[in-house]
Amino acid sequence: MLSLRGISKHFGAVSALSDIEFDVHAGEVVALVGDNGAGKSTLVKVLAGVHQPSAGEIFFDGKPVKLADPSTALNLGIATVFQDLALCENLDVVANIFLGREQNPWHLDEVGMEVRAWTLLNELSARIPSVREPIASLSGGQRQTVAIARSLLLEPKLIMLDEPTAALGVAQTAEVLDLIERVRARGLGVLMISHNMEDVRAVADRIVVLRLGRNNGILTPDASNEELVSAITGASENSVTRRAGRRAQREHVNEARP
Amino acid sequence: MSKPKDGVSDIPLLDPPLLDRADVRVKHATGIGGAFEAFITRVKSGDLGFLPVIIGLLIICTVFQILNPVFLSSSNLANLLFDSSTIGVISLGIVCVLMVAQIDLSVGSVSGFASALVGTLWVNLGWPVPLAIIAALIIGALIGAAYAFLFNWLGMPSFVSTLSGLLAFLGLQLYILRSTGSINLPFGSPLVSFGQLLTVPSWLAYALVALAAVGVFVTNYRTEQRRKASGLSTQPMVSVAIKALAIFIGLEFIVFYLNQTRGVPWIFGLFVVLVVAMNYALKQTQWGRSLTAVGGNPEAARRSGINVRRIYMSAFMICSTLAALGGILAAARLASASQQAGTGDVNLNAIAAAVIGGTSLFGGRGSAYSALLGIIVIQAISSGLTLLDLSSSLRYMITGAVLAIAVIVDSLSRRSRMSSGRA
Repeated sequence: MLSLRGISKHFGAVSALSDIEFDVHAGEVVALVGDNGAGKSTLVKVLAGVHQPSAGEIFFDGKPVKLADPSTALNLGIATVFQDLALCENLDVVANIFLGREQNPWHLDEVGMEVRAWTLLNELSARIPSVREPIASLSGGQRQTVAIARSLLLEPKLIMLDEPTAALGVAQTAEVLDLIERVRARGLGVLMISHNMEDVRAVADRIVVLRLGRNNGILTPDASNEELVSAITGASENSVTRRAGRRAQREHVNEARP
Repeated sequence: MSKPKDGVSDIPLLDPPLLDRADVRVKHATGIGGAFEAFITRVKSGDLGFLPVIIGLLIICTVFQILNPVFLSSSNLANLLFDSSTIGVISLGIVCVLMVAQIDLSVGSVSGFASALVGTLWVNLGWPVPLAIIAALIIGALIGAAYAFLFNWLGMPSFVSTLSGLLAFLGLQLYILRSTGSINLPFGSPLVSFGQLLTVPSWLAYALVALAAVGVFVTNYRTEQRRKASGLSTQPMVSVAIKALAIFIGLEFIVFYLNQTRGVPWIFGLFVVLVVAMNYALKQTQWGRSLTAVGGNPEAARRSGINVRRIYMSAFMICSTLAALGGILAAARLASASQQAGTGDVNLNAIAAAVIGGTSLFGGRGSAYSALLGIIVIQAISSGLTLLDLSSSLRYMITGAVLAIAVIVDSLSRRSRMSSGRA
């Protein structure tokens, strides 16, 4: 459904992304992993129309598309939950969920929007005290739920979630993972960024690894932890393996003692 | 045992919870006492609304009434409303640009330029009045479009572009009027009568106020009915009725008092209509929602698919157009288009009115009614000091102090909102 071919993005002298290629098929969850600075969020912003790629092509539903601005991406059916959530703190929950997509532009249908907002939030089993409070009064987890509810409003074809479970509690994380599976079952594509390998393994069909702005392998969720870590960090010799090695050595020494 | 009538005496636990009342941790205000408590909590957390300006107005009225009993007389109030309308219209435009966290410092010059333009086109060149007015309004809109262009595409801060506009349009105004210095608008012409004399017939004023109160009641009643049908919480019917009744009695009393002498000026009627229309646009349309969003977080607004540049464009254009309209009304009020029109304190009074009325300088918070309340405060001070035969030097100082207090209230309430999470 979504194909990237040779996507590059430069910020001045810095190449944030170079020659990124991968596909997301309908009914599939693709996890995007990588270390800090690997270019995950930049890639999401390119796909959301926030940044324009310096080179390369994006195909959506088989057709080449140019994502010139966020509304183009939204109209195509690409919804995004950004890492910084991109909510307006001075507006209330209903206004944020419907921002740019209000029902009845010349006389806002506040009642209809409030009902729809509650329906979406209840689907996510959200704990929001009131949808008429400004976003500023909500906690991080509640804001994240609002941002996810907003992405579902438009019935998108592809949902991109940048760190969707970072600020969520146990129950809400489970709800989001359930939701990702429900979305997949409906035949939509999901692109998820996460540092939480447990979450990634739980739902992903494929794991795309980025390292320093380049493709660094595509793994399946049953790949071993070592494989994943070495793909992310770029070597089998790294801080994580060194740490594991030291611990093993210590245990070995302990065992050797009488 | 008789069946409970309309759910009021039902045992709440047996009802399915209302859609927005399912969270048991949240204390919800119920009834009139609850509404009062919620109001106190809101004020404590820094969400002051119109409270400071209304308190300020009461203090001003009390002080001046004690010093000079003419202050609250019907004819003085009617005069005050005549004077408020011109700068009030300009201030309404300022509310628009402040909402997107921008500023227009050139509204005074643009208003003076527009009045000079109308004077020249109408009196000197013999254009029909409506055509001259429309031309001036279009020029006003184009000026706003130019500011928006400089801001959107060249990244020029509106503070600087409008400051240069202040000088440039003052120059243009002086250039247009260079031969005579001022153009007198003919007395007895409809425009001048509108600005100086015409008042709403008393029966019509009463009828319009009654209509407004009924309108408020009907819209609120319909909304509550829809909320009930959709399974949302509702206000008690009594409070809806009380609100409408309070509006009815309050406004009818004001109209009654004004009708003792001159009545309600048409020019003020025009101002109120513009305020109500602007309030509707800000609160009930997609455009107003987008404007508020851009003022709060432009990047978030852009990512929601809002065309942020177009929103800035509309805000600047509305501001300059209303500034031009205010200038035309001021010319009608003074029956002349002079080189002094729009200079001096017009600029700062218009901006001060919006801020005193509670529109935040930091963007994203404001109301059309702040222009109405703010300009009445400023004109009340000015009128009170004039009645006391105090010079304009003192007027400037006092208005400056009031503006400083308003900005302090804005900053403090913003800080308090942040600490209690209500940005």
